[in-house]
Amino acid sequence: MTKFQPHSESSSEAPPAPRRTQGQEFWRLFKKNRLALAGLAIFLIFFIIAVAGLSVTSGTRPYFDPALVRLPEKLRPPLSRPNLEVLIPGEMPPLGMYVFGTDDLGRDVFSRMLQGAWVSLTVGFVAVGIAVFVGILLGGIAGYYGQTSITINHIFLFCLMLGGASAFAFGSLFPGVILLIAAIAFLYRSARSGKPAKPSLALAWLQKGATSVDTLIMRFVDIMLCFPSFFLILTVVALLPASIYNIMIVIGLTSWMGTTRFVRAEFLSLREQDFVTAAKALGVGDRRIIFRHMIPNAVAPVLVSATIGIAGAILTEAGLSFLGFGVPPPYATWGNILSDGKRFIFDAPWLTFIPGFAILIVVLSFNLFGEGLRDILNPKLRERY
Amino acid sequence: MNNHVLKVEGLKKHFPVRRGFFEKVIGWVKAVDGVDFEIAEGKTLGLVGESGCGKSTVGRLILKLLDPDGGTIHYKGKDISALSRKDLKELRKEMQIIFQDPFGSLNPRMTIGRTIEEGLRTLGIKDRDERNTRVQELLERVGISGASADRYPHEFSGGQRQRIGIARALSVEPHLLICDEPVSALDVSIQAQIINLLKELQQNLGLSYLFISHDLNVVGYLSDTVAVMYLGHIMEYAPSEKLFDHPLHPYTLALLSSVPGRDKPKGLETRELRGDVPTPFNPPPGCKFQGRCPLAEERCRQGEIEFYRVSRQHRVRCWKVI
Repeated sequence: MTKFQPHSESSSEAPPAPRRTQGQEFWRLFKKNRLALAGLAIFLIFFIIAVAGLSVTSGTRPYFDPALVRLPEKLRPPLSRPNLEVLIPGEMPPLGMYVFGTDDLGRDVFSRMLQGAWVSLTVGFVAVGIAVFVGILLGGIAGYYGQTSITINHIFLFCLMLGGASAFAFGSLFPGVILLIAAIAFLYRSARSGKPAKPSLALAWLQKGATSVDTLIMRFVDIMLCFPSFFLILTVVALLPASIYNIMIVIGLTSWMGTTRFVRAEFLSLREQDFVTAAKALGVGDRRIIFRHMIPNAVAPVLVSATIGIAGAILTEAGLSFLGFGVPPPYATWGNILSDGKRFIFDAPWLTFIPGFAILIVVLSFNLFGEGLRDILNPKLRERY
Repeated sequence: MNNHVLKVEGLKKHFPVRRGFFEKVIGWVKAVDGVDFEIAEGKTLGLVGESGCGKSTVGRLILKLLDPDGGTIHYKGKDISALSRKDLKELRKEMQIIFQDPFGSLNPRMTIGRTIEEGLRTLGIKDRDERNTRVQELLERVGISGASADRYPHEFSGGQRQRIGIARALSVEPHLLICDEPVSALDVSIQAQIINLLKELQQNLGLSYLFISHDLNVVGYLSDTVAVMYLGHIMEYAPSEKLFDHPLHPYTLALLSSVPGRDKPKGLETRELRGDVPTPFNPPPGCKFQGRCPLAEERCRQGEIEFYRVSRQHRVRCWKVI
């Protein structure tokens, strides 16, 4: 037992590694990835154009008016000069020419593209925002509280409340109120008893675990993934009044499943990590563990899938607009410019190609950026330095 | 003998094994199957065993990170095996844990200062400046410059991270530290430093340790009492010198003779252990060690083997050696 000589030197073994915060490290790796950098640059340009486009195309007298119809000037090719003899002064295109040409109603395609950029941007971000929110919420619950079993009790209570609420909503007040009161009484009773003190034998089966939270959520994810999402969206959009907000919400609510799976997987592995155990041993609360310890460590893959998801959402919106289920007419979107233009593809190919290329470039830039992020955030793919 | 910090009796933890669509329980893994020991004030109990024998589970059961399926845990005379949430919060200030893996035990997205600060929040120190001062003190105490509190874990070496882990454990001013293989992942030279740090802290702060390890040298150096564990059972339990000089259980003998460079226990031929630790899933009745024991006989395969008291402090779970 003489192996461990008391050491004499003070204990800081080595000077710490050179100072480099995670942000600096991230940026250093990012700069090396040219494609991702290009993706980010295009995204930033797109973002500026979209924001600028919103400000110059909205209002009562916009500088670029996307809705201004100039019938004598229809289907003019890009970069053509306006015919000054047929236009009144207010109808002049702002740059002195039709940069992207005009469509079959003589509307300036450049103005319409500017307006559409904002629509694409908001649809992309809001839809993915909804998807990520739902995904983190459900994935987090499944990953952290997944093993909690749902008893027949809970299912009974849920049915009671759902029945009450729907009866209430469909106008039959009396049964609705009765059911809701019953549900609340049931809830009160089970909340008061706290620890179930040996329920009577007849009611014991109520306490029996039917399934776990994790199973419930993940099977729901599987069910949602069974539907081809584009057709699901088409069905829902056909039922709902067409508006830009409905489109965003519907796209968001049909694309959260991937994020849920990611977050659940991350939470399952993080939950077993020593630093989470240490936090529990220190008496740190669940909420703090989830928000301070687990979510910051789980965001990396979510961020990647969100970036690629934005591209997907923009594409879905364009597809919907192209099919005529998208954002309703007064708004120009890239999808409906494309859709309007397809009738004139031989006479006025710019009506199809300009929005087509815009979608291509923006979606490509998001995908490149997302894949770059994945490479950088994945320590296994990261090269040693 | 009332100065026990911790007294564990008949501690059990059985994990269900589930299969199939309905997750039917098809059997049990008896990770901890009736473990008794006690830790005296300011002393160290070494818990030795091969991987998978349930040592770490014992640590987590004591910390109440897992709920025991049987047995009692008394901390300073108080039964803590069935505590409410609020009492548990008090218990968190009394005992803490140090982990094996210095890389997994610190949150990579938090500065080490923030990590240590979490314990101070548990203590209920509201004032930010006071917390910062305490963080610096704790870091200095474990031999890390207080100025590095705002650095991230990846900027430190393995040994330094282990020190930070110790500082975090000390932040709530505990009396009992559960060291879950704290030096197994470190270089030998760093091991010595960490072990000496632990010794020094024990002297200065009067800490008690439950020192879990598979390294007999380390355990022998640090521990006052040693418990040898095999498949959820304690096989031999004795004061450190006794166990190393006069081991009784065949498993202890085999373990000791497998340590390279150690003097072999006298009068005993080398007994290498053959085979792997059998799975703890549905073990056969009788002695847990029967499959690998050179002395195994018919009697070992029938019924539970008792824990025989050889002397006042020396107990052994084998009928052949008494």
